[in-house]
Amino acid sequence: MEVTLTDVEPGRRPATIPGLGRPLRAEEMVISMGPQHPSTHGVLRLELVVDGEIVVDVIPHIGYLHRCFEKHCEHMTNYQQVIPYADRMDYVAAMSNEFGYVIAMEKMLKIQVPERVEYIRVIMAEFSRIISHLIAIGTYGLDIGAFTPFLYCMRDREHVLDIIEETCGARLLYNYMWIGGLSHDVKPSFQKQVREFCTYFRPKIKELNDLLSYNKIFIERTANVGVLPGDVAINYGASGPVLRGSGVNWDLRKNDPYSIYDRFTFEIPVGKGLKGKVGDCWDRYMVRVHEMEQSTNIIEQAVDQLPEGDVQSAIPKRIRPEAGEVYVRTETPKGDLGYYIVSDGTASPFRIKVRPPCFINLSALPAMCRGAMIADVVAVLGSIDIVLGEVDR
Amino acid sequence: MKTFLLELLKNEVLVYTLMAIVPLLWVIPFALFAVWWERKISAHMQDRLGPMFTGGWHGWSQTIADIMKLIQKEDIIPTAADKKLFMLAPYVVFTGSYAAYAAIPFAASYIGSEINIGLFYIISISSLVVVGLLMAGWASNNKWSLFGALRSAAQIVSYEVPVALSILAVVMVVGTFDLQEINHLQTGPIWNWLVFQKFPLLLFACLIYIIASLAEVNRTPFDLPEAESELVGGYHTEYGGMRFALLFLSEYANMFAVSAIAVSLFFGGWNSPFGDFLSGHWALDLFWFLGKGMTLIFVQMWLRWTLPRLRVDQLMYVGWKVLVPFSFAIILGIGVWVLAAGQ
Amino acid sequence: MSRYFRNVWDGIFTVLIGMKITWSHLFTRAVTRQYPIVKAKLPERARNRLYVNMDDCIGCDQCAMACPVDCITIETVKSTPDMDLGLTSVGTKKRLYVTRFDIDIAKCCYCGLCVPPCPTECITMTDVYEFSEYERQSLVYKFAIMTPAEIDAAKSRLAAYDKEQAAKKAAAAAAAAAAKAAAAPAPQTPSAGPAPAPTPAAKAAAAPAPQTPSAGPAPAPTPAANTAAPAAVPQGSTAPASIPAPAPKPPATDTPSPGPQQENKP
Repeated sequence: MEVTLTDVEPGRRPATIPGLGRPLRAEEMVISMGPQHPSTHGVLRLELVVDGEIVVDVIPHIGYLHRCFEKHCEHMTNYQQVIPYADRMDYVAAMSNEFGYVIAMEKMLKIQVPERVEYIRVIMAEFSRIISHLIAIGTYGLDIGAFTPFLYCMRDREHVLDIIEETCGARLLYNYMWIGGLSHDVKPSFQKQVREFCTYFRPKIKELNDLLSYNKIFIERTANVGVLPGDVAINYGASGPVLRGSGVNWDLRKNDPYSIYDRFTFEIPVGKGLKGKVGDCWDRYMVRVHEMEQSTNIIEQAVDQLPEGDVQSAIPKRIRPEAGEVYVRTETPKGDLGYYIVSDGTASPFRIKVRPPCFINLSALPAMCRGAMIADVVAVLGSIDIVLGEVDR
Repeated sequence: MKTFLLELLKNEVLVYTLMAIVPLLWVIPFALFAVWWERKISAHMQDRLGPMFTGGWHGWSQTIADIMKLIQKEDIIPTAADKKLFMLAPYVVFTGSYAAYAAIPFAASYIGSEINIGLFYIISISSLVVVGLLMAGWASNNKWSLFGALRSAAQIVSYEVPVALSILAVVMVVGTFDLQEINHLQTGPIWNWLVFQKFPLLLFACLIYIIASLAEVNRTPFDLPEAESELVGGYHTEYGGMRFALLFLSEYANMFAVSAIAVSLFFGGWNSPFGDFLSGHWALDLFWFLGKGMTLIFVQMWLRWTLPRLRVDQLMYVGWKVLVPFSFAIILGIGVWVLAAGQ
Repeated sequence: MSRYFRNVWDGIFTVLIGMKITWSHLFTRAVTRQYPIVKAKLPERARNRLYVNMDDCIGCDQCAMACPVDCITIETVKSTPDMDLGLTSVGTKKRLYVTRFDIDIAKCCYCGLCVPPCPTECITMTDVYEFSEYERQSLVYKFAIMTPAEIDAAKSRLAAYDKEQAAKKAAAAAAAAAAKAAAAPAPQTPSAGPAPAPTPAAKAAAAPAPQTPSAGPAPAPTPAANTAAPAAVPQGSTAPASIPAPAPKPPATDTPSPGPQQENKP
């Protein structure tokens, strides 16, 4: 039975607050930051138990965007059809979802993809990281009240989407990475466009920093707010910028390398508590800003080293893996995305289970919000950067 | 203007009523224009275009179209809302904003009411806005609106102090509360403006006044009461149609009122910055006054689209712990200066 | 104390930097494209509304099987050998009447998985993206170009043909049984026996009369068989040649297997 404090008959006091194990006091009020709210990044319902302006407890209710992805996969006629569905989990950075899945399938089928495919996949994954972080930063500014950086981020995002549209035909949900290769080879103008984007984008990051990141008001809103200590983050299973913002140097691209990430030089930004405590919202936010810069570095290196080849030579005619299971994890912009695929030897998947990073990062929300103010809840939620498509699948 | 009308109509009550309506002739077109202007400024600051379609040239009639739409909307009052307070609240807010126009001189020959305690009157009557906001938030029977109303009450009441103190600084220098007098004292070239007197103390007083008045009108970075991304709409969530239009109108009226006060106090009011050139006629006075007022409005809009929002306790911190001590320091400085100059 | 003044100074200074940035953006060019007055030119690979060129469709059902959301419904009717449906643009002979080809474009997820498996490249994704409708049913696109009368005619022709073939097969089976019973002690004439035997591969294909006793009903479409049948007896090699069309196997099960993954058209 779902625990919710607002579903009581009028006149009756609700029972215990689940997170604290004690009944509601008279001065405490239960507010629903309901499924429709400008700042909850999707359909998420947050029940706030507040004492005036201070939040006593937060109870997230999810499931409003559940689309039965995992069950659906069991009824696909082949493994290739899962990819459009996988796109739609974290719809903001769709390539990163596809990346994990195709790596998992290639591991299961023991396919070695051509070098060109690897390089293009890395470029696309890093582009996904940039566009996801642009949305995270833009909407975070919007939550804090700065309206302008959001539009600057969207403008920059459009450049990336134009490049991807030239390559695969779609702007948001790509179905580009196929098992064993890619759906299309990149156009001849790809390298030039990518290099132009990299030179265009670096000054924009600096402008964003001047406008938002180092703005005193923004720092006041985000520093020392929603502090998540490193060990608590690890205990909750957080990953991605949430974990790195808490000072833990853990990135799957370096600690558990997949694809060809070991060929590129890049740094892993870690929160250091420059403006407040380690693990506050500002740290998580700045980790994302720095990651965008590092992604630009990776893209430049990859596009310089891009080899020739045929991107479709390794695509198998019939995808029928042997019975068995595989678990592969990749570093998406949101964190550690894992695919656990079980096959029973037929052409149709038997079970696909996803380890969604946003869902697990979101579980740390009550720990960060107890004792904060309502305005801080919005700030903390924005800094976790959830996409409800991935939380609910 | 009053004498002119008195001779024409010979009925005092009628004359005063007309004089009360005259600023409305500016406020309503200004609100219509300012909404469009804000949308255009925000758009161009954000690398986009804003309204382009309605009316043809850059969507100039967008606001008029919006008002037409708002007039036709169904008047929805929540069932459990306190009906009388709900309906009364927008009018109270508008009255509080508009009443300040009575003591603001638009031209050398026009001031709504020739009282010699003009500034004192303005500060006190604009506090009526708080009452209206509280009524709106409470009567909506919506927890979020209530939050917005309480926050705004705290904010406006707190920032009245720096506003009053910075005005006090000016009054100490000029020795009168009458805004028309203050404007007459700033006649001449630009360095006669009060913002450049007792340099740099009155400049800081001006800055403090502008920042504090932003909080008075609930503009970013102090727009917590209507924080869209947190409280949906704050105290005006439940208002729709013409009631919402009236609240919006009063926000813009208030914006112009505080800009007008700043202009009159610090930036020479209706005086031309070139001294005798382009001055003398009431139309020119009006032009300078409105132009300077619009420049300050532009600065307010510019700040809105640049800065994030302050949290409520930080807002209180800025008000009480930064603006008030600095205002006290300025008053001290001006007091010493005036005394020393008087010797 | 100094931190206090530092904070105040930071506050003012960073605000001024921010204001400088927004001021400079007042004078940069807007990036808005004023749709619908100005429309973007989509890249050539853009994936929007589906289009099927029915002249090329051979009814293989590959696109329907590839679709992850099952938005394509195809129904076909076999054609009879006497009907010539023509060739597709790549030269394949069409064997099936496509009586129903519905795409529910509201279900379509624009993934493009239906495009590569098509052997004749007749299903493509165009760059049309403005196709809203008022009625939900109008979003079910019907691409099949056969009228109900034509569909009925094709179905009845097929029914008649099947019946005929069944009858012929029964008669041939009876005749073969009779011949077998008659010729059981004598060795089989080599030409009559093995050579023709493999070719009519158990289906009532167009030539049921390779048997030397050109028993009874010679099928209408193979007049050549009648004349050649006696000549077919001694030479086994000509026998297959005289059989008009051993090749056409009605169900198109041979085309699909190389089909799906071979063509990955950009």
